[in-house]
Amino acid sequence: MGLNLDYKAELDNIIRDHIDMEGPLLPVLHAVMARFSHIPKDAIPIIARKLNLSSAEVSGVVSFYHDFKKEKVGRHKVQICRSEACQAMGSRELEVHAKKSLKVDFGESTNDDLIFLEPVYCLGNCACSPSVRIDDEIHARVTPSGFDKLISDLRSVNHHKARNS
Amino acid sequence: MRKLFIPNDTSAVAMGSNLVANRFEELIKNKSLDIQIIRNGSRGMFWLEPLVEFESDFKRFGFQSVDLSEVESILEFICDDSFDAALNKHPKFLGETESIEYFKKQQRLSFFRSGLGDPLCIDHYSSLEGFTGLKKALEMQPQQIVDEVKNSGLRGRGGAAFPTGIKWQTVLDTAHSKKYIVCNADEGDSGTFADRLLMESDPYQLIEGMIIAGLAVNANQGYIYLRSEYPFAHATLNTAISRCYAEGILGQNVLGKKICFELEVRLGAGAYICGEETSLLESLEGKRGLVRSKPPLPAIEGLFGCPTVVNNVLTLGAISTILCKGSDYYKNYGTGRSRGTLPVQLSGNIKRGGLIEIPFGISLREIVEDFGGGTFSGNPVKAIQVGGPLGAFVDRDKWDTPMDYEAFSAINSMIGHGGIVVFDDQINMFDQARFAMEFCAIESCGKCTPCRIGSTRGLEVLDKISSKKDVEDNLILLEELCDTMEHSSLCAMGGMTPFPVKSAVELYKEDFT
Ligand SMILES: Cc1cc2nc3c(=O)[nH]c(=O)nc-3n(C[C@H](O)[C@H](O)[C@H](O)COP(=O)(O)O)c2cc1C
Ligand code: SF4
Ligand code: FES
Repeated sequence: MGLNLDYKAELDNIIRDHIDMEGPLLPVLHAVMARFSHIPKDAIPIIARKLNLSSAEVSGVVSFYHDFKKEKVGRHKVQICRSEACQAMGSRELEVHAKKSLKVDFGESTNDDLIFLEPVYCLGNCACSPSVRIDDEIHARVTPSGFDKLISDLRSVNHHKARNS
Repeated sequence: MRKLFIPNDTSAVAMGSNLVANRFEELIKNKSLDIQIIRNGSRGMFWLEPLVEFESDFKRFGFQSVDLSEVESILEFICDDSFDAALNKHPKFLGETESIEYFKKQQRLSFFRSGLGDPLCIDHYSSLEGFTGLKKALEMQPQQIVDEVKNSGLRGRGGAAFPTGIKWQTVLDTAHSKKYIVCNADEGDSGTFADRLLMESDPYQLIEGMIIAGLAVNANQGYIYLRSEYPFAHATLNTAISRCYAEGILGQNVLGKKICFELEVRLGAGAYICGEETSLLESLEGKRGLVRSKPPLPAIEGLFGCPTVVNNVLTLGAISTILCKGSDYYKNYGTGRSRGTLPVQLSGNIKRGGLIEIPFGISLREIVEDFGGGTFSGNPVKAIQVGGPLGAFVDRDKWDTPMDYEAFSAINSMIGHGGIVVFDDQINMFDQARFAMEFCAIESCGKCTPCRIGSTRGLEVLDKISSKKDVEDNLILLEELCDTMEHSSLCAMGGMTPFPVKSAVELYKEDFT
């Protein structure tokens, strides 16, 4: 996706806010993710130039870390913990169920671009597993039907927001 | 005024504590009751969450797993002036919180404040010995602080159990104009949450430990490298740090002295390998998290080439206790060369999962059976994995092994960060072995071949085994592959992934054939 001029100005601001840090690249990329929900291709050479790096270095970093996405993803990030303590409490079944009920695989967004589904490897909620993270909220003891409830709540909140705006 | 405590940490909130708190607030307001709600941290008894407590006669009484529908009846109970704990018959009433066996049997040094009050309240922290260690350290010479740490016998809690005092000595002895204190808060091991609990329920303890570390080695910049999977801890730490700046605890003049210590949280970006200390440093520098070959040690050439202390959250937290109470006090706990306490994290298919801080030396069986109360499902325990995703499954006849670093390595296992994950008999151990390999393939930093290629080959071999192709031959191949990974990988990611794989094959052969 290309960046229009407004976006460029925002990107410049993000970089300016971080440029005096030691090792600013990860904080910059996190901020770009927070603003654009992906790292736009056109942003890479700009970030590289301002931080005195090569585009290849920046691309290399973007591709190394799971958090940084090259493509735009659905509005809400839904993560299912696949790690051992969650497996011991049924996360494998939950994973199968979630993919089926959202009709997506891990790493994909739903048709309405509302939900991006991905795996996560531990949320630190292992004593009350299986765990699911939706944006910045973590949910415990999530059963398949509990998952569906979380998703329908998410959809109805968005529906209301859309109607009220 | 009466006080009501409603926990506020990742797990309590995930179990519904915010909803419960809102409901209490609403009712208290409607009925104009004279009750103050305090959002405390968690006591770490996560199976009881939301664990709502109230104070009476300076004692704390609890209600377990509070549901929205019970809020009203609980309020009636605690407002009853004739309240008598002995006669109380509320179905969720637990009695005195600290008399719960699970809690009573623990020895809390690192977690003694956890759950007592508002984690972000500096006065609360100070009233419970907070910053006492720092005040002492400010009057000491760097070498004296390092000697205290050496004498305490403290070993790194991040997994490798390296003596902390020796690491600090190296950093102190390495002359350089700039040095760093880096806290490893990547807590990547599945089944572990002690770092998270400490950061969310007692964040000043970590900050205090880091400032003391700075004094000990003459460093004045600290970073907390926090995994991005911990949004709650992130918010808590940021608030705690900004309050410390406002109170003059951090910054140019630590507690009014001519000592500077700056501290910042940096977020990881979803890479397990960045918990390995050199990969973490690369990541902090803004690079791909490739593991560095050692030497040079980070203590000599660490962050941006400067001498750097890299320590786990619990290690740095323990420093506050050691300086406050003295190294002899700390050393008194534990067994053999494992001194102090071990925060065990019990999770998975377990009835009573949570944080258990105990002196080293207790057996695995006591933890799983006595503390844990058996599986959540009620089915028999089939497997126990200790030490995170790179830890072995522990053989049934080894469950009486005392939890100390040496005893565990003697049975080819490791305590690591103290995570214990329990599985019931519904689990298929082939799936677990496959997951261990898959995890390595996903998370390998890619620097060395045995790990990068080996894990992918391992997956292929395992898939052949599962489709019943030349099972015996492929099991032999798998073992050889594991040996290669174990002996020629640069770091423990490739070097220890074979542990869970091999132990699963060895102990649960029936799941493979
Ligand atoms: C693959 C791998 C992952 C690691 N993950 C962590 C981690 O998440 N947290 C941690 O404190 N140490 C982790 N370590 C250990 C660190 O490399 C290092 O030993 C530790 O941060 C040193 O601090 P300590 O002496 O206080 O334990 C990991 C090591 C390896 C090889
Ligand atoms: S063992 Fe794996 S994670 Fe460790 S350095 Fe080699 S490739 Fe990287
Ligand atoms: S293993 Fe799933 S939250 Fe830790």
